[in-house]
Amino acid sequence: MKLDNIYQEEKKSNFAKVSEIIITMASRPSGFIGLSILIFHVILAFISPYIAPYDFKAINPTLMLQAPSAEYWFGTDDLGRDVFTRTILGGRTALTVTFFGSLIALLWGGLLGIFCGLVGGKTDDIVMRIVDAFLSIPWILAMLLIVSLLGTSTEVLIPALGFFYGKGIVRVARAATHDVIAKDFIVSARARGHSNFSIIWNEIIPNVRDAILVEGAMRWSWMLLGFSSLSFLGFGVSPPTPDWGLMISNARGLMSFAYWSVIAPIVGLSSLIIGINLTADAFAKALGIDRSTKAPV
Amino acid sequence: MTEIIQKVKNLSIGFKSKKGEEILILRNISTNIKKGETVGIVGESGSGKSTLALAMMGYVKHGLYTIGGECEFNSSNLLKMKNRDLEKIRGRKIAMIPQNAGQALTPNLKIGYQIDEALQLHSDLKEEEREQKISELLNKVRLPSPETIALRYPHELSGGQQQRVAVAMALAGTPDLLLLDEPTTGLDVTTQAHVLELLNFIAKDTGTSMVYVSHDLGAIAQVSDRIIVMYSGEIVLEGPSRDILKKPIHPYTYGLLKSIPKLSLAGLPQSMPGSQPQPGTMHRGCSFFDRCDFSEEKCKNNSPQLEYLEELNTSVRCFNYKSLMNDSQVNQTVNKIKTSLQDKEILNLSEVSISYAKQKLLDQVLNRISDDNPTVKDININIKKGETIALVGESGSGKSTILKSIAGLLRTKGGIIKFDQNRNLSSDLKERNPNDLRIIQLIFQNPDESLNPNHTVEEIIAQPLKLYFGLKGEELKKNIIDLLQKVRLGEFYMSRYPRQLSGGEKQRVAVARAFAAKPDIILCDEVTSALDVSVQAAVLNLLQQLKEDFGTTYIFVSHDLAVVRAISDRVAVLYQGRLCEVGPSKDVYQFPSHPYTEVLLGAVLEPDPDIKPKLVAEDIVEEKPPQKGCSFQGRCSRILGDICKNEVPPWQITNSGNSIRCHIPLKELQKDQVN
Repeated sequence: MKLDNIYQEEKKSNFAKVSEIIITMASRPSGFIGLSILIFHVILAFISPYIAPYDFKAINPTLMLQAPSAEYWFGTDDLGRDVFTRTILGGRTALTVTFFGSLIALLWGGLLGIFCGLVGGKTDDIVMRIVDAFLSIPWILAMLLIVSLLGTSTEVLIPALGFFYGKGIVRVARAATHDVIAKDFIVSARARGHSNFSIIWNEIIPNVRDAILVEGAMRWSWMLLGFSSLSFLGFGVSPPTPDWGLMISNARGLMSFAYWSVIAPIVGLSSLIIGINLTADAFAKALGIDRSTKAPV
Repeated sequence: MTEIIQKVKNLSIGFKSKKGEEILILRNISTNIKKGETVGIVGESGSGKSTLALAMMGYVKHGLYTIGGECEFNSSNLLKMKNRDLEKIRGRKIAMIPQNAGQALTPNLKIGYQIDEALQLHSDLKEEEREQKISELLNKVRLPSPETIALRYPHELSGGQQQRVAVAMALAGTPDLLLLDEPTTGLDVTTQAHVLELLNFIAKDTGTSMVYVSHDLGAIAQVSDRIIVMYSGEIVLEGPSRDILKKPIHPYTYGLLKSIPKLSLAGLPQSMPGSQPQPGTMHRGCSFFDRCDFSEEKCKNNSPQLEYLEELNTSVRCFNYKSLMNDSQVNQTVNKIKTSLQDKEILNLSEVSISYAKQKLLDQVLNRISDDNPTVKDININIKKGETIALVGESGSGKSTILKSIAGLLRTKGGIIKFDQNRNLSSDLKERNPNDLRIIQLIFQNPDESLNPNHTVEEIIAQPLKLYFGLKGEELKKNIIDLLQKVRLGEFYMSRYPRQLSGGEKQRVAVARAFAAKPDIILCDEVTSALDVSVQAAVLNLLQQLKEDFGTTYIFVSHDLAVVRAISDRVAVLYQGRLCEVGPSKDVYQFPSHPYTEVLLGAVLEPDPDIKPKLVAEDIVEEKPPQKGCSFQGRCSRILGDICKNEVPPWQITNSGNSIRCHIPLKELQKDQVN
């Protein structure tokens, strides 16, 4: 045999693969912007308790609704709290809850979807009809019900959000599995007598992983919006915890004369969502999945 | 001198790599297409033949661009023309027939409407004239009852009929030049022969020039007057088709012709080592240097120029063509296959029937399959240890279906599959124990699909070793290296991914994986159909070598009768899921034979312009096996009458032990077949 094959690409370590994907993502302007925004928010969430200039719950009636100044960069709100402090702290809960929420969504949605795609037949039919039934329930109503029954602690919010945002992933994972399942290497593994678990783990997951991860990243930004909506409606985190949704809700009546108290959390929330969206798109492109031609199911 | 209608001058097409290097797909191509001639462009995948054909229409694929040269048609350069001007030429002056007509036709428009559309665009006929022209065109491509065909949708036609419609659409604009890109590749052998015959007729009838692109020298031999052989983006040989096929003076063509299995020769053809260089990896010297048997020191560093030989009217790109000129004929030497046949029976199928019918609720509840006319029926075959038995038939003949049931992937409706004389094998995977699963392994048609793209070669081959033998660590690695050596791959392939391998290498990995289980029986499902000819011979030789080493039994499914002839000990011919003929391969290929075998044998295309296919029966496609009587009654040209329609024919055994299932007595059968 000839040894001078042109392909000298050797097996790479996982670290090398991940760093290559990140470099590819950052090489596009949109990916670079998205990644920068996301990283900025994540770092901010970690360090904000140490750099916050004031106490976020310190109420001072004498400082009510002050305009931005050198002392209070983003002004103060109707209770005299520093808006800058509350804004940089306001993403912490949202980011943590939705990050773990989307991990849960990814896990159960992805695995159930793959399982249904592989098994097919009646099991698939029944499970998918149940998923469809859940898809038809307006999620916000269901969330309100759960939150009012079980409270608004993060222990409730994370699994509840994870459950409701995982339904869509089930469909994507199932569709991706269907693409793979007809290939001969699955038939070959079946004919050899591998167990379903082994087929899912070794043959299917490496081939559908990318599609599911991208879908999960998109779900993350949607979940962030959903979580903030809950807070906005008063069903997310409870006061006085700083949270963008809550801040927007509190300050929206004052918008006409104290715009600063509402603009700061809005910029925080929308920049994070845009950051995640751009990152997810760049991630998909770096993996070779074109979201413009392949819409999520 | 005849008029030249297309002039390709110094054409180079390529793309820019990520590093900014210019990588050439076509290198300095010059050729002329004369009026009324058919030119065959032949080459392996990746040789640039399709790119050249598309350039002749003034089309360059997305991502590629013209680096230099021109394609002159009617004294204007197509590659520099504006789209609006090109539209006037495409379809009217130059028409194209695509590879897969089924995909080229719009699925939700009727055939008549689609041809009408082509006529509106490419002719100046009025509405009433067009209607007449449609039936005229459909008649010309010999479609039965044009009026009804025009009202059908593409999916209501068979593959051969769809291809005919594509030809009719291309003829709508009465083009001067017809480009055909692998027009018969996806078709059955009998259909292919019919379509080629039609193309020949049209070329003569209309005087259109044709450019026929194909990897199949057999098809090229049937249609073309002149052949262009391409290799890694260059023309290496160009000349009259008879001379090139009978007396190739370029080492590549010579090797290619030697590696094609022929009906007249049993045994495996010689393979050509190596594979075509990828674009961008050519350095200096002749691009065929690595694989050439005639190479010399100077070939390494100097690339030969295309040299025109006046006396032969042939152009050749080789320093050493003279040594081949003396070697008058292609002397095909074959490696005779050694039969390692033992008397012990290893697999026995008796009365096996398989149904694809959707089962009614009651049957589902009772977990049984009921279908009085199953897809596959009455399969009785004994397979001896060490034998290679081939299942042959057109698509829909049930050959792959039978393989699936043997592998346990498809439940049978009835019948028994027995291993080693006494062990019953269930056709349901779940009821087989691991050892039953180990003894039967599969090799698939397309290695792109049968190897997980996210696994390295090491992981792929490790799977059966881990599953069946529980190997780990050093021992596992040693075994993998061992297996790789057996399929002639080096140790360094372990860390490669399938996408980094060539087609032949991928198929070798698939073979290694099958052998890793130490199986008794290997089911080969069209294992060479997706490979290039030169690689096909190498894989066949490898399979034969491994069989001799391990004493494995092969069940070999193929539609290619010449490949089957080369490798198998015994052949079973199937039509519509019923056996027609079973016998030792040397006898099946001789007469008397079942009328269906006769049709198949007649349709085989040999790379020899003097051997024309014999078209015995119509190429109609039956969707369902007949309820009763002989399975071949619908297409048989020798049908006797009611007996064939009502009674299942008996098995008749010839002197040499060949079983034929036909009502016609053997002597009668032989009478018309001896030629």
